[in-house]
Amino acid sequence: MFPFSFEWIWDMGHVVFMGGLWYALTILGIGMTYCIIKSAIDASRGNDEHHH
Amino acid sequence: MDSALIPRGVKRCPFPQFILFVAIVGAVLLWGVYAMLLCWFKGLNQTNMNDAYGFALWIWADLAVIAVGGGAFFTGLLRYIFGKDDLKNIINYAVLIGFICYSSALLILAIDIGQPLRGWFIFWHANVHSMLTEVAFCLSCYFGVLTIEYIPLILENRQIDRVPFFHHLGHNMHETMAVFAATGAFLSFFHQGSLGGVAGVLFGRPFAFREGILIWPWTFFLFTWSAAACGPCFTILITKITETVTRKKLVKDSAIELLAKISGWMLLTYSIAKTADTWYWATVTAPSMGQTLMDFYSNNPLYGIWILILEIAICGFVPAFILITKKGRKNSLALWIAITLATIGVCINRWVMVLQVMAVPVLTFESWFMYFPSWQEIATTILPVAYGVILIAISYRYLPVFPNEPELNPMETLPAQETEKEEAVEPSVDLEQELKPAEA
Repeated sequence: MFPFSFEWIWDMGHVVFMGGLWYALTILGIGMTYCIIKSAIDASRGNDEHHH
Repeated sequence: MDSALIPRGVKRCPFPQFILFVAIVGAVLLWGVYAMLLCWFKGLNQTNMNDAYGFALWIWADLAVIAVGGGAFFTGLLRYIFGKDDLKNIINYAVLIGFICYSSALLILAIDIGQPLRGWFIFWHANVHSMLTEVAFCLSCYFGVLTIEYIPLILENRQIDRVPFFHHLGHNMHETMAVFAATGAFLSFFHQGSLGGVAGVLFGRPFAFREGILIWPWTFFLFTWSAAACGPCFTILITKITETVTRKKLVKDSAIELLAKISGWMLLTYSIAKTADTWYWATVTAPSMGQTLMDFYSNNPLYGIWILILEIAICGFVPAFILITKKGRKNSLALWIAITLATIGVCINRWVMVLQVMAVPVLTFESWFMYFPSWQEIATTILPVAYGVILIAISYRYLPVFPNEPELNPMETLPAQETEKEEAVEPSVDLEQELKPAEA
């Protein structure tokens, strides 16, 4: 899973598989981080313009 | 008793009745949990697994719930990426059903691997040459996506929504949902496909082996296609069952019909592709390996040619033709038949592609390997159904799952007590706006 794991090899298989995994996890992580930080800022400002 | 938690503008059954319902289904759940604990503490000797069947009944249950759970990714794709706004009325429920299906799939896998404490090995020590590794990655990540899609719905609970941070979080997650939906579609495409790919690359088993493009056998594409076609049918089926149980109309016909129409065309094109694939396999691929079509459908007590006809013709073309016609979609009975057949069809497909594959003899001196699961396997396969019913019941009661419900089932007047309570807490409530349900 990580380059420091003993069985890691820098080959196409590892790059594609792990690249895909980390790509998806990064998008989800950044997306959620953005939502949480923005929500904290909105809440602290008392911004209540939207009604979803 | 719990009226403060129930969404505004909708009516729910009395709390004791709700608890009784949950308790009855909960008894079934506990039966499954007991069987699950037996498998974990005593080991996989609790199953009828043998050298021919290394995954028990669970492998079928796993593939089937993932296939029918495909309604979430495909409806999300249509709603958020292709802009089919009518589907906003059913997307919440599609997400909930998908969440139940995928959490069930992960639970089943946790039982199937025998030692769940080592489940993380598949990530940490990944075999990058295995399609099942890709399945594990995509399945786990997509469950994360479904959780992210389900959270805003939870945050719309009346009491939770009062907390400013959660209120904003729900809103901001809605705003970025297209990104998550696109990621979910990407992940679903690959894990649905890889589940099919696993069967298609078995060159030692002529019943499953298929040719294809590069490393991907045709089954890779057929599995994704069938999940996109039949998943929404399962969503509609559960919606219809929920409407029957609650004796309410919960989703507008326009949303159901749009989803049914798209599913119908997907199912028709899938059935044509599946027929072509089967024809080529029966006339070219299997004979090149020294087998004929009827070798796979004879000399055994269960698997006859009927299962092929049932899967492709009766549960493929028949529902497809019903769903692509306006008359078929608008006729309640025909719609019920179509969505039920489509759901059964994809479950049969998964059964055939994993269990019949293992039943067919591959050496001349072998006979068919028939299998009957132990009660522990059956109980743990029913367990997700009970879990799903309970989660749907709780979500339906406390969350605004169906945005159209207040509009389709108008209440004559709000209870005076509740109105007074709301006014005391929120003096500036705009009733029109409050009754307008949230979109997830």
